[in-house]
Amino acid sequence: MTSTAQETGSTASPVEDSVNAFEGASVAGARIGVVTFPGTLDDRDAARAVALAGGTAVSLWHGDETLKDVDAVVLPGGFSYGDYLRAGAISRFAPLMDKIINAAKAPSAPLPVLGICNGFQVLTEAHLLPGSMIKNENLHFMCRDQRLRVENASTSWTNQFSTGQEIVIPLKNQDGQFIADAHVLDELEGEGRVVFRYEGSNPNGSRRGIAGISNAAGNVVGLMPHPEHAVEPGFGPDSSGSDARFGDTPLASGTDGLGLFTSVLHSLVTR
Amino acid sequence: MTEKFNLDTVKNAATTPETELPWAELGLKKNEFKRVVEILGRRPTAAELAMYSVMWSEHCSYKSSKVHLRQFGDKVTEAMKEHLLVGIGENAGVVDIGDDWAVTFKIESHNSPSMVEPFQGAATGVGGIVRDIISMGARPVAVMDALRFGAIDHPDSQRVVHGVVSGVGSYGNSLGLPNIGGEVVFDSAYQGNPLVNALAVGVMRHEDIRLANASGVGNKVVLFGARTGGDGIGGASVLASESFDDTKPSKRPAVQVGDPFAEKVLIECCLELFKASVVEGIQDLGAAGISCATSELASNGEGGMHVELTNVLLRDPTLTPGEILMSESQERMMAVVTPENAAAFEAIMDKWNVEYSWLGEVTNTGRLIIEWDGEEIVDVDPKTVAHEGPVYERPFHRPEWLDRLQSESFTASSQYRDRPQSGAELSAAVLELISSPNMCSKDWVTNQYDRYVQGNTALAMPDDAGVIRVDEQTGLGIALSTDANGRYSYLNPYEGARLALAEAYRNVATSGAKPMAVSDCLNFGSPEDPEVMWQFAESIRGLADACQELGVPVTGGNVSLYNQTGGVAIPPTPVVGVLGVFDDVARRTPSGWRHDGQAIYLLGTTAHELDGSEWANLRGHLGGQPPAVDLSVEKMLSELLINASRDGMIDAAHDLSEGGLAATLAEMALRFNVGARVGIDELCERDGIDAFTALFSESQGRAVVSVARSEEVRFTDMCSARGFPHLRIGVVDNPPVPVSSAASSGAGRPGVDQSWTEDHHESLAEPTLDVQGQFTLSLAALREAHEGTLPAYFG
Repeated sequence: MTSTAQETGSTASPVEDSVNAFEGASVAGARIGVVTFPGTLDDRDAARAVALAGGTAVSLWHGDETLKDVDAVVLPGGFSYGDYLRAGAISRFAPLMDKIINAAKAPSAPLPVLGICNGFQVLTEAHLLPGSMIKNENLHFMCRDQRLRVENASTSWTNQFSTGQEIVIPLKNQDGQFIADAHVLDELEGEGRVVFRYEGSNPNGSRRGIAGISNAAGNVVGLMPHPEHAVEPGFGPDSSGSDARFGDTPLASGTDGLGLFTSVLHSLVTR
Repeated sequence: MTEKFNLDTVKNAATTPETELPWAELGLKKNEFKRVVEILGRRPTAAELAMYSVMWSEHCSYKSSKVHLRQFGDKVTEAMKEHLLVGIGENAGVVDIGDDWAVTFKIESHNSPSMVEPFQGAATGVGGIVRDIISMGARPVAVMDALRFGAIDHPDSQRVVHGVVSGVGSYGNSLGLPNIGGEVVFDSAYQGNPLVNALAVGVMRHEDIRLANASGVGNKVVLFGARTGGDGIGGASVLASESFDDTKPSKRPAVQVGDPFAEKVLIECCLELFKASVVEGIQDLGAAGISCATSELASNGEGGMHVELTNVLLRDPTLTPGEILMSESQERMMAVVTPENAAAFEAIMDKWNVEYSWLGEVTNTGRLIIEWDGEEIVDVDPKTVAHEGPVYERPFHRPEWLDRLQSESFTASSQYRDRPQSGAELSAAVLELISSPNMCSKDWVTNQYDRYVQGNTALAMPDDAGVIRVDEQTGLGIALSTDANGRYSYLNPYEGARLALAEAYRNVATSGAKPMAVSDCLNFGSPEDPEVMWQFAESIRGLADACQELGVPVTGGNVSLYNQTGGVAIPPTPVVGVLGVFDDVARRTPSGWRHDGQAIYLLGTTAHELDGSEWANLRGHLGGQPPAVDLSVEKMLSELLINASRDGMIDAAHDLSEGGLAATLAEMALRFNVGARVGIDELCERDGIDAFTALFSESQGRAVVSVARSEEVRFTDMCSARGFPHLRIGVVDNPPVPVSSAASSGAGRPGVDQSWTEDHHESLAEPTLDVQGQFTLSLAALREAHEGTLPAYFG
């Protein structure tokens, strides 16, 4: 169910109103697809994030044969197909994924794609991104507000951050430990494709503290933490990476995740 | 179809009255079996016997509790019904919260399965209550779990705690439902009978309310979702041995196995069905499976239904008709659809890849007819199955041991004589209290639950209530809290139930919401024990009286009896869930203070009430009378808290309950890692108590709030005008940070990476909780004590 996404026409949604509130009129036309697989959970949240950033969220069904002319795509979090096989291993074969893979690899104006949590797992299964995720080191599902360092602020999804910037967004998953061969890790590091790294203690045992990566072109980004849960004051983390002091931080006001969504809108306008 | 068993048809039953039937093994009493024969005018078929036995079980029929539960209806006034759209009796009650929005919520037990198989028991407990919510037409928006385990250091607690917590987490997380609160209690009294009570809440527009009935003669009956298997058949081994063929598997697990992915798809699929208006009536399949769904749908509708049972899609082709009727396989729903909507229904099923089978149709014959390959195996009046089960007036009497127990006050004990009194002793006592199993941080549990999904969570654990936004435009939202104290109820079940409601009510108001409705999960021992039955009767009387006094109706709930092992019953544990409403969740009040210089007020008075307290528990004492509860005081306190929140007078509020003022102050400081300076001398003088009592008494009707300096006059005027006792006991201490460390932030809240605090805190002034003239504790020391306990036991 993706009723907050615009194409389904829910007028009682905050998604629509915020489109008009966005300052850059040219950006408001940007259509960001949000894909729903069976078992996807954070699709409504991703659609809300797109709208709060000023874009138009378009709901896409995994069985669709067309991308509905979207300008970018978000694969949201969840437990597609229950994660009963490897996380993302079945969703990767959805008809829509073929379209997304082709568009993401296009030589000119490749489609920006963001995979969040289960979406990241789908991207690795689809080989748009390297590596894989295994169970958290402590074997528990883990939900917490996580500090990250933005390592690469030039991708389609991070250009509104600055390199080295600290942000706080929720981390919540069972299979969040990023792994890859040493040479893949070296390559990711060497090419600046580590986009986000965990700050402080490593929460889940991810290799080299990697929280998110990109493809070589920088249009495809995947990360385990959930930026779409840190976009609206009052419903996000209690802190952010940039506020002056914790004690004065209003309750649940962290909106650091919004930067990923404003980044893609910016990249669409400027490319 | 080749028969793998001898089919016991209605025709056969009529001609073979002498056939021995395993009614006793299926749990029916002799008089109950005779009643079935009387109703039918012949012996029941094997399939009919299966249906009656499960539907007339304690769990489904409420036969021991019914006569007492009536009080919830009898003691409801017209005013209390004002916001009730659907009351007790449906899958869940529905409350009008304004702007055409309705909320449905219910709490239910899954205790025994969770003892046998903690992971699946707890998981399917969540799954079952969520299906109740869906079947009302609502989108589920949150879950909560009230858990009670045996002693924390008992070896079996390792099995039960890990299994239950990961079961609740796994199922709720996979459904995309934020877990916004609940309880975790450890007490050896629950060693053999852990309690897993799950609450779910859903929202819908008024016009979307769906009820479980089969109306419209000729409409089609469809079963959809997961296939029916041999799981969850209570008396399956008995039924199987009744079969004449012994080549089939005879033992089946009695615990259901959950498939949260199937349920998530079922939720979305049902919501699409509702949106497209293609179902006339809908019912989830829980306890008693198809027996319950067909008999309830039929008796609530036109009165008749005709079903072909071989159409049921099976996971295990060897199941007998009786097993199919009794199976409690999860993730199934039954709906009534008009023939015109059948194609639209099928299209939605196909979109979500959900399996379905058309079982039959609604009739007006007043009979529920079930056929097996065209042969009648059930022919009953569905009302006799679903609603006209036996009703018992179980004998009950006040336990003789109670007088002695109630006379053993903590004050008269040696443990009280040894109570901490000096500042150093009190300081150590606070650390001991907040690290104890019941008062320690429950982060280890709640960090395994997703509280963010759906993006509408405004408060969750460890705040007093979970808060969810319902309307994204207006901020209209709800608050929920569940509470119970088995120790209070053991000492005095009537007062214990009132105390449970008082605390849940207070918690909801503390978050800033107006309490509206109640759902209860009544966990007790065996109703066949007159002393347990007395505890049960007293608890219901107490809860019903208290609901009437506070003006909040019980909208539904669940009774769980027979929670006892080896003749020892659990303490009476009436878990009470209260639902409250906000005009705008933006004004909710968190449980911790944040702003430097704000005044800290204690509302209410403190009496010498330590019987049944957590401190007495730590010293191994249980006796006396629980704290007195004055519901008019609770009501006034709640109004104060709601008004103060709405008018922006307070920035933090936390109620006082288990652990008293000591626990409340520590929790408020730790919530945002902000210290405070507090004095209790004036409190001791005003209320005539010593420092120990001031810190550890569990007197009711109290809360601590933080008030901005600019609001202090308005706030105290409001309290004075109502004559409500209020005392300024301190000030929030959060000194400005030097500019050089301004970039440092983000730590302190449970769930935030704590290693960072260790890296950076040297640049911040060390926050402390300073109880002046008594002791000063660094928040780092408090946090270490508070958060270390569960990880130390459970990793």
